[in-house]
Amino acid sequence: MTTSPNASPPPILPDRFATWFAARGWSPRPHQAALLAAGREGRSVLLVAPTGAGKTLAGFLPSLVDLAARPLMVASGRGVARRGIHTLYVSPLKALAVDVARNVERPIAEMGLEISLETRTGDTPAHKRQRQKIAPPDILMTTPEQVALLLGSREAPDLFGSLDTVIFDELHALVTSKRGDLLALDLARLRRLSPSLRAVGLSATVADPHELAAWLVTQTPGAARAEADLVTAPAGVPAIVEILEPEARIPWSGHLARHAIPAVLEAIARARTSIVFVNTRAQAELVFQDLWAANDQGLRIALHHGSLDVAQRRKVEAAMAAGGGPAGLDAVVATSTLDLGIDWGDVDLVIHVGAPKGASRLAQRIGRSNHRLDEPSRALLVPANRFEVLECLAAREANAEGTQDTPPIRAGALDVLAQHVLGCAVAAPFAADELFAEVTSALPYRALARETFDRVVDFVATGGYALRVYERWAKIRLTKDGLWRVSNPQIAQQWRLNVGTIVEMPMVKVRLISDAKGRIPRWGGKLLGEMEAYFFETLTSGDTFLFGGEVLRFVALRETEALVARAPGRDPRIPSYWGGKFPLSTHLAERVRGLLADPDHWRVLPAQVREWLELQRAHSRLPGRTELMVETFPRGDRHYMVVYAFEGRLAHQTLGMLLTRRMERAGLRPLGFVANDYCLGVWAATDLGAALARRRPALDALFDEDMLGDDLEAWLDESALLKRTFRNCAIIAGLIERRHPGQEKSGRQMTASTDLVFDVLRSHEPDHILLQATRADAAHGLLDVRRLADMLARVKGRIRHVALDRISPLAVPILTEIGREPVPGTAGEEMLAEAAEALMAEATA
Amino acid sequence: MTSETIPLGGSRFEVNGEVLVGLPSGAAWWPATRTLIVADMHFEKGSSFARRGSLLPPFDTSATLSRLEADVAALAPARVISLGDAFHDPFGPERLEPGARARLAALQSGREWLWIDGNHDAATVAEIGGERASEAAIGALVFRHEPAPGDTLAAIGELAGHLHPAARVRVASGSVRRHCFATDGRRAILPAYGSLAGGLDLAAPAFAGLFAAERLVAHLLGDARVHAMPARAIVGFGISRDGTGRRRASR
Repeated sequence: MTTSPNASPPPILPDRFATWFAARGWSPRPHQAALLAAGREGRSVLLVAPTGAGKTLAGFLPSLVDLAARPLMVASGRGVARRGIHTLYVSPLKALAVDVARNVERPIAEMGLEISLETRTGDTPAHKRQRQKIAPPDILMTTPEQVALLLGSREAPDLFGSLDTVIFDELHALVTSKRGDLLALDLARLRRLSPSLRAVGLSATVADPHELAAWLVTQTPGAARAEADLVTAPAGVPAIVEILEPEARIPWSGHLARHAIPAVLEAIARARTSIVFVNTRAQAELVFQDLWAANDQGLRIALHHGSLDVAQRRKVEAAMAAGGGPAGLDAVVATSTLDLGIDWGDVDLVIHVGAPKGASRLAQRIGRSNHRLDEPSRALLVPANRFEVLECLAAREANAEGTQDTPPIRAGALDVLAQHVLGCAVAAPFAADELFAEVTSALPYRALARETFDRVVDFVATGGYALRVYERWAKIRLTKDGLWRVSNPQIAQQWRLNVGTIVEMPMVKVRLISDAKGRIPRWGGKLLGEMEAYFFETLTSGDTFLFGGEVLRFVALRETEALVARAPGRDPRIPSYWGGKFPLSTHLAERVRGLLADPDHWRVLPAQVREWLELQRAHSRLPGRTELMVETFPRGDRHYMVVYAFEGRLAHQTLGMLLTRRMERAGLRPLGFVANDYCLGVWAATDLGAALARRRPALDALFDEDMLGDDLEAWLDESALLKRTFRNCAIIAGLIERRHPGQEKSGRQMTASTDLVFDVLRSHEPDHILLQATRADAAHGLLDVRRLADMLARVKGRIRHVALDRISPLAVPILTEIGREPVPGTAGEEMLAEAAEALMAEATA
Repeated sequence: MTSETIPLGGSRFEVNGEVLVGLPSGAAWWPATRTLIVADMHFEKGSSFARRGSLLPPFDTSATLSRLEADVAALAPARVISLGDAFHDPFGPERLEPGARARLAALQSGREWLWIDGNHDAATVAEIGGERASEAAIGALVFRHEPAPGDTLAAIGELAGHLHPAARVRVASGSVRRHCFATDGRRAILPAYGSLAGGLDLAAPAFAGLFAAERLVAHLLGDARVHAMPARAIVGFGISRDGTGRRRASR
């Protein structure tokens, strides 16, 4: 922190502000001064700064200075004069909006400024929200969904007509999702209502800050990309990142790091307060349980993930805020739910169990500890298996170099555009030409073709079907004046209930009952949280699983609740459930490949990992930096092929699906496959090594990019993942209504099942705009087709086959994973027949 | 075709002594009387939703008709019975496109055609050919839309629809959920035939008490054949596996 009050010649702060800074022994930091200058000149600006750099104050200072200097409000004849919002603050989390509001209220109060500031979230009472529309505050702090709703209201021109500044907090976290797409469209709309609006982005360090800077300003299609000013605050002291080197044997596979639990407990005991990050909810549950089982020192450890009851999560957060004090905690085991959010001053250690999967993800998580710039953040990485040792090392080196691997901003989603188009009509009648110009001024949509835009408008109006049968039920209509209008008020109401891009999976509540007598009570029981309905659909009464840190027994599903009982002392039988799983980033994958290919670099590895790689070098070979290595070997009565692609689990799964189809056609009789972040293992009934050696088929033919053509199409036909993607698109685009609390009882068979809609649409109109949107999603989302395509193009002509007579050391991890992961996809029909025959034979015996 | 021939991919079951075959399309075939039975076709469901602002694909009626045409062509039934909810709402027949209307008329020509009233389409007024009845008794079987309560005589020999039965069964890796015929030999409930008609799990409260659990068999619709599964194979319906052997408590 700089402290030389009279160093900068022109006064950058009005007296009142200068006095307030001086009273605290502060002076504006250079980046704060830069933002003040940008504010005076009415320029948009992106501030990239590490946590603890006074980012929030920097963002708000120009608005506070401007508001403090404005003339006092003249009372009109009717009492209070109406004035629109001056500054709009948008945060990805409502808790963060509330917290930042508190932080900004402090200087306002202490300087005695006449500035009104309010929050508006889903929790704000209806009467207050109504009042905010009529008498808005100077500064409104809210979430993206509320911005969309306000823009769709009649009052939008009054509210935003004199908007001076819009501030986007944690912009890096917003822009790469559909939420970011909607927000970009809303920003374009805000700019139309208030042409002199300037946008301020606050962001953590990202791979391409210029892209974020461009997101903030108006784009002109065809012209060079415009960018906002870029201000970068100096980085803090480099973080100290250690990798745990256990004395125990490092496992071949798995993600639990059981071997390291005692060392993790020791680290927690030495720190004031720690966050123990993991990658999935299942991992969080298991690590939490393992920590408690070994917790001899009585450390206070809590659990935090997205499935737990909100009240429970708030309690944990409150305890975290109390730090290491008497009411506080020593550690919390958390998933990405704690990646963003309120700063907890007492956290001085971040422990990462399992590999971090991305350099920027690790940096973000490390930043959750120690918010003082002059002291280093501290992190301990705990690899759970041997490949993760390599990955952790790659992540640490990337972190030391400050490398970022945040994903680039993608083309805006069409389902989001459909929602926005309807929202625009709800707000006021629109002309297609003007709206097209407005939409393409937003960075994600600047390459949008007019023809595609028109199809989206057509979709919103009548569903966009070639059979034009829905004209009479059109949601928006083109009237004689050339404007599109909403057909009736119900359409507007429907839009309001469906605003937003976050689509929840169908969830069921988990309710604890005591069924000691074997009876299910009619009501009552403690609510433990929520889980995806998909999970329970695979359970049978009596199955045990982990949730909220304890072993539970599934009793029954009752409407939208899963009834469970405690099953202490039993082993959880069902090993895991679906949670967010992030694939290994391209950047870390490259580093891991580089590390493997460079034996000089192995010095930094633990001895057992080094020996493993030496053995691989002796018995097989090491995958080269730019090639694709494929090993084949027999084992038992099967033949295996291991593909070292390093493209992440999702892309490997897709590759596995496509490759096995192709092998089937080539007569190689594939029997199954398993994928992890590093490689793909396929097994077959025929000798794969011999077949490839005879070039029947040739390896380069097997891995030809054309598998992404017909094979992909054919597979997508049957893919449950694509149906899930379609469901999201259909809900966001407004084809199917979101279900709201209380509506669940309307009966499942009466609602339109998105799976059936998908099937009908796909067979009758495969080029429908919504299917186009679904495929675009799938390319990046659950199927990661884009990454697979990049890999296949990259390794063309560089695929190396290593035929072995037995399993290689490097193949051991993937082979031990066989049978652990559920294989998604198409096998249902055959298994159904198999299961049916077995069961009926048993039943009729 | 003799009464003992089972159409390709079908699954045989008996209801009150009569032999029936569940077909992969979701229709039931009663060989002895050459009768084809379908339930819950929900024609014009797409346009019914469109009326209320959800512009679902308008292809559902055509897709359902195609399936029905294939069944009729394969079996040449003397009689077709629709077990109610042939239309998604009472105004469905009015919205029927002329082309679909003609296809329906072609299906009806040369055979008996009986529409049983459903709860969705009971008030239908438009003329769509065939006879109408609230329920019908033919031989040992009774045809109605909503199944009668389980412990009444009315349940004996009943073929019903309304509930859209579906079942989830566990397979080697995860589970598979399909529409199904549900029968305990006393009565049978048919799966929904409509291309946009969803399914309700057999474990749902709506099915409670309708079947004798120990004799319940679900005939799941596969892509080309129907798979028979005993009740205990059905997720959420089986005997509890904690060794007590007691049934899942009923509600």
